[in-house]
Amino acid sequence: MSENYTSFVRKEMISERVPPATERGVIKWVRENLFSSVFNTIMTFVSIWIIYSIVVAAAPWFINGIWDAKTVRECYDLLDGKSGACFAVLNERFPQLIYGFKYPSSEYWRPNLATILLLVALAPILFRGLPRSLLVFSAIYPFLAFWLIWGGSILTSVSAFFGCVIALVCYRRFSGGSFTKAVIVSVVAAYIWWSIGGYIAGLNESIFALEVVPSRDMGGFMLNLLLGTIAVCLSIPLGVALALGRQSDMPIIKWICVVFIEFIRGVPLITLLFVANVILAFFFPPDTSIDLILRVLIMMTFFNAAYIAEVVRGGLAALSKGQYEAADSIGLDYTQSMRFIILPQALKISIPGIVNVSVGMLKDTTLVSIISMFDLVGMIRGPILSSTDWNGVYWELFGAAAAIFFVVCFSVSKYSQWLERQLETDKR
Amino acid sequence: MAEKLKLEVSDEIAISIKSMNKWFGSFHVLRDIDLIVNRGERIVVCGPSGSGKSTLIRCINALEEHQSGQIIVDGTELTSDIKNIDRIRSEVGMCFQHFNLFPHLSILENCTLAPIWVRKIPKKEAEETAMHFLEKVKIPEQADKYPGQLSGGQQQRVAIARSLCMRPRIMLFDEPTSALDPEMIKEVLDTMIELAEDGMTMICVTHEMGFARQVANRVIFMDDGQIVEQNEPEQFFNNPQSDRTKLFLSQILGH
Repeated sequence: MSENYTSFVRKEMISERVPPATERGVIKWVRENLFSSVFNTIMTFVSIWIIYSIVVAAAPWFINGIWDAKTVRECYDLLDGKSGACFAVLNERFPQLIYGFKYPSSEYWRPNLATILLLVALAPILFRGLPRSLLVFSAIYPFLAFWLIWGGSILTSVSAFFGCVIALVCYRRFSGGSFTKAVIVSVVAAYIWWSIGGYIAGLNESIFALEVVPSRDMGGFMLNLLLGTIAVCLSIPLGVALALGRQSDMPIIKWICVVFIEFIRGVPLITLLFVANVILAFFFPPDTSIDLILRVLIMMTFFNAAYIAEVVRGGLAALSKGQYEAADSIGLDYTQSMRFIILPQALKISIPGIVNVSVGMLKDTTLVSIISMFDLVGMIRGPILSSTDWNGVYWELFGAAAAIFFVVCFSVSKYSQWLERQLETDKR
Repeated sequence: MAEKLKLEVSDEIAISIKSMNKWFGSFHVLRDIDLIVNRGERIVVCGPSGSGKSTLIRCINALEEHQSGQIIVDGTELTSDIKNIDRIRSEVGMCFQHFNLFPHLSILENCTLAPIWVRKIPKKEAEETAMHFLEKVKIPEQADKYPGQLSGGQQQRVAIARSLCMRPRIMLFDEPTSALDPEMIKEVLDTMIELAEDGMTMICVTHEMGFARQVANRVIFMDDGQIVEQNEPEQFFNNPQSDRTKLFLSQILGH
């Protein structure tokens, strides 16, 4: 059939050899990625030159930076005409940048401790490998953190905590019957407990009391972190509930959710914050004063929840109808099929979107500087830059603010990428 | 043989459908369906696509709502009462064309979820039951894998095991082999034949006529949303009465 065909028997087997020098290791990578064609080679050199110029231009500013000075004029004197940064402002105003200018300096350990404990409380929620019993601490944490940051008697937090426990117990006890009944009973029980607890706490204000720090004294990055963390934590469950409500068969629930989401999404956050700051007060009885931080938090939570609801709706829509049908067909009721089948999958799809929206929220907490709250940006724009000592030190201050936010937001985004890989069961 | 079986099982009615109608919007999908299924009976439903056969069996576990008439499953009438529907669904197993396993749960978790949360069976016991049924469908070694790692035939067998873990009294199959490669169809059909031999009440929408001949007590032919002909398999295949049935059979058995 073939003329070139000759019979052949191999005498020796060929042993394994390494690829040629240009086809392995660093050389292969460099050749393939930097010098694969004439155009790429030119681009590589152009890029190297651009990076070099930037580094050469910026390096002296960092290297000559002054870390120890009392005022900006002292900085300039020390620099003596050279180009250089005046990092001394960060050094001197560090407490103000982090805690604001009114938080008592003897009490800085309290927000510090609260932040460390926050990481402990978040750990079992963020990492599934940790023992489930740690979740008990996560449940206690919000009340503990409130006591640490705002101070006052521990009885307030304890009473609030047990009110929630009582509500949960009542709900469990009655949830066998009707859902509505269980909710009403637990809300009433908790309300009664809180009324009594509040009265008792009012009588014993000195038990385990920390110095009271009112909300208007909160500031600096602590305020950003506080607002961001609480708004994000509250808005995820609210957003999921809104997304499910929007899919509901019950027209009234559905329309409430749709109107809420569309209204909030259609309004700029800054408008909502002004509403929280000024207009909301008109809707409460004249003698009540709702804390400004609380009002801002409500608005931020609503805002973030509306966006998360839309992200989750996308996740729900991405699931095939078969998943709903399969869950129905094995006899799961609505709550069970949502909890075990639909939401785990829909939320997994929604992770990038939720993180995207939430990181945005964390950064948008700086908008409160516009309604005269002294967060990190508010501190820089207000007390620090307008002081005669540090007038005009823009680059160093805003650069530092950017760096702080970058570290936090980048960590969150890295975590979310890790989580996505962890949950990738269907492609393994 | 078929006669004898029929006599044995006809003392109890599993499903009774009386003049049931269903519309999708203004489209009349199911028209005056009357059907009695006895316990232990194995029924194959066939017919051209769009004839309403899938819709019919989806009505039996209320995945689709019917608009008029009566469906009684296992002594309970299907109404809009959620409690009744959930009860019926836990008594009626269903297998889908596209398996619809839960991709985020392992095979074992797929099988134990409903027994644990609906039947309130302890986890350990549910796992034992699940392993029992996974052995029955011959894939116990896959228990810790995820659905995405299994072949289509294996996934469909897991889906059958998942339904069986609820110890259903009736099984519905909605074209269980239509999405499978030819060499995987046999393993699923073998599982279904075994199930039939155990005396399970089955309604199966399928185009596998060999399976119908071998297993069914009764073959139902549907067209245009109505039952056109029903008969024992021998009679149905060898001596079809209506012209529509003859045309359908000549098309699917023609080659």
